[in-house]
Amino acid sequence: MTETLSQLRRIAQNPTLSFKQKAHALAVEAENMLPYVLLDAETRAALDTRVICDMYEGHAPYKPRYVLPDYEVVLRNGSEHLELPKPETLDEAISTLQIAYHHVPSVTGMPVFIGHLDALLLPFCNGVSDDDLYRKIKLFWRYIDRVLPDAFLHADIGPTDNRVARTILRVDAELKQVAPNLTFLYDPEVSGEAMLRLCTDNIIACSKPHIANHPVHREVFDEPGYAIVSCYNALPLRGGAATLARVNLKKVAEASTSEADFLEVQLPRYVNLNARLMRARLDYLFRQSGFFDGNFLVEEGWIDKDRFTAMFGIFAMAEAVNHLQDLAGRPGRYGHDAAANAIGHRISERLADLVAHEPMEHVWRGVAMLHAQAGLSSDAGTTPGVRIPYGSEPDPVSHVQALLPHHQHYLSGVSEILTLDETVRANPEAVFQLAKGALQLGFREFTANVAGNDLVRVTGFMIRLSDVKLYNAAKGSRVNTTALGAEAADTVHILARKPRVVGLELMAGSSV
Amino acid sequence: MSDGVAAVSKFLTWSVVDGPGNRFVLFLQGCNYRCVTCHNPHTIGVCSDCGTCVAVCPSGALSRTSRKVVHDPGVCIACDSCLAACPTRANPMVRRMTVEDVLVLLRRNAPFLNGLTVSGGEATLQLDFLIDLFTAIRAAPELAHLTLFIDSNGHLPVDGWRRVLALTDGVMLDIKAFDADRHRRLTGVDNDLSLASARLLATVGKLHELRFLLIPGETDRPEEIAALAALARELGPQTRLRLNAFQQHGVRGPAAGWPKMPRDGLEAAAVALRAAGIAEVAVPSVWLP
Repeated sequence: MTETLSQLRRIAQNPTLSFKQKAHALAVEAENMLPYVLLDAETRAALDTRVICDMYEGHAPYKPRYVLPDYEVVLRNGSEHLELPKPETLDEAISTLQIAYHHVPSVTGMPVFIGHLDALLLPFCNGVSDDDLYRKIKLFWRYIDRVLPDAFLHADIGPTDNRVARTILRVDAELKQVAPNLTFLYDPEVSGEAMLRLCTDNIIACSKPHIANHPVHREVFDEPGYAIVSCYNALPLRGGAATLARVNLKKVAEASTSEADFLEVQLPRYVNLNARLMRARLDYLFRQSGFFDGNFLVEEGWIDKDRFTAMFGIFAMAEAVNHLQDLAGRPGRYGHDAAANAIGHRISERLADLVAHEPMEHVWRGVAMLHAQAGLSSDAGTTPGVRIPYGSEPDPVSHVQALLPHHQHYLSGVSEILTLDETVRANPEAVFQLAKGALQLGFREFTANVAGNDLVRVTGFMIRLSDVKLYNAAKGSRVNTTALGAEAADTVHILARKPRVVGLELMAGSSV
Repeated sequence: MSDGVAAVSKFLTWSVVDGPGNRFVLFLQGCNYRCVTCHNPHTIGVCSDCGTCVAVCPSGALSRTSRKVVHDPGVCIACDSCLAACPTRANPMVRRMTVEDVLVLLRRNAPFLNGLTVSGGEATLQLDFLIDLFTAIRAAPELAHLTLFIDSNGHLPVDGWRRVLALTDGVMLDIKAFDADRHRRLTGVDNDLSLASARLLATVGKLHELRFLLIPGETDRPEEIAALAALARELGPQTRLRLNAFQQHGVRGPAAGWPKMPRDGLEAAAVALRAAGIAEVAVPSVWLP
């Protein structure tokens, strides 16, 4: 108890946290004073040694990890619970959304998804001039960043080329804010290359948007579709993800005697243990927490209890493959050597098969969705998801080619961050061609950072390097995720990632 | 016809500084210039299989079989010790590639590419291979979207250009210096062919870019900049100039001790060239600290 109390005191007295950030951190600590959800001894042991990991989501899951409301419901009907009339004008629609965001739970305490904004707002734009639209979007964008300053907060646009999407891209490049994070859903049949070029030009300006391969994602999900949220997770719309637990592939490899032992014995064992951990957490959320009972989000149809998946995460593929190469006495490293890369591809294929054979109650379609998890800011000595270790990445084309075969297996998301050196600023056509090629070959998502941008990705979320400097100088930051970025920069050396950026993700207990 | 094989120093699947868009770059081995300021001097010579490098290779990647030096890329740790030891500024890591070898790489990476640039060394020294390669690419429907560029010092007679230009979308041409003595001193060769090439390429609309390396005290002198402006004006208002700044990186010999080109000096030259009526003057997009 003494240790808990001193931890609470450290939070209460931390000079770099705002009072809201303290309240959230204190709530996390309070939840963790409850006993952990019931686990069998073997699962407990694997969790204690962190071969499997619950993302420090908390001992008593009382809300889904990610909630993706169908905001069209509140724009179409208003909300009886919130005493909101149906909006009629663009101002009313934006105001309704701004109110709605405050009622969307998530693991971060802020919404991780704020809507397919162009599709939501377009019906309200008839008669609105381009200049008015620009000014209203700019105010909306500023509101999001200042009131909901969390880089896991994610807006989607596309796949059509439309004036709202274009205005959002214009404002986003102009303001260069941390929030919201932004994904364009690209469909070559619908979006057009001019739109893709606009997106890649924006990437050069501010490392956003992330570009999702819409046809590839669309075929995974049924109506009403999906959204890309938080750190590039693809999840069912009007639902989300109930939980995320992950397997540390490096530790599984260290427990193995050979590639065959890894694939046939150790990996199946730890996949099963991670599934057991997930089942225990799902059971608590769905049967004990009361989250879905009497919840107006459910009653009004913003979310549907049956549309929550569970995310089966993996990370440290690079270290696992390199360890298996060492066991076999082969020098080739992951990301650079064809044989090493092929081991990685076999592991992903095996994982997809194993996860598909671990049925889970309560979740959408009855099985979890495989996810290349982008890391926690406290991870050390491991590389996120299936990424190539920081500082050793090959050129962007070889990089995409090395990782491409993984992508088909990670239905709930696999994000790679390509680092482009500053010379691409003088040659934007090259970034366009790189994105086009990657998407054409089946990359699920295209994400890039350009060296020299202040705004960069730490794993999946955005931070400003200038904020990290300020934070490290103990001045605090008004943006929640800066602390995660600063921790990741120190612990995981994400800023060493070649020219640019960071690649880690979240602080224990708080996020993606 | 070539024997269908080229000596390739290196290839890249991602380059954003060798022409428009992302380019596959093939660096051919061997050069007819001996530039004292060359930043890739190991691309100049052709291996004589003398074996000096085998003795200094720390990983065992180099060996001798009868008369030949053999390189094993699977064992190579890319330390470049062999390059430093080579008495002829050659490179034992050079690989022999056929036209088909290059086509395989192009096909594999085609969705990511805007085009191919053949550079060097001096690309036109292996002109027959260049012609065979470009002809094969033009005949391949899956590579139809690629533009084909040559990066050259221009030391090729008109007859040589005529054989390859119909297959070529553009040439990036380096002029090393305008003063004849200075050019000989910097490159070991006269500049008359190079200047004639600039005029020919501009006339037939294949001069993508004229490149000029600014070396302090040498090519940054007012008379050199004035001559550059005069040539660019003569070639036409659409002429695109690219100014590069001398860096010591990679340079061997006395020029390794020369000062690097300062940014303000290069930008002053760009201002002077624009004032002389040259519309497009590109300067380095990144300056090393």
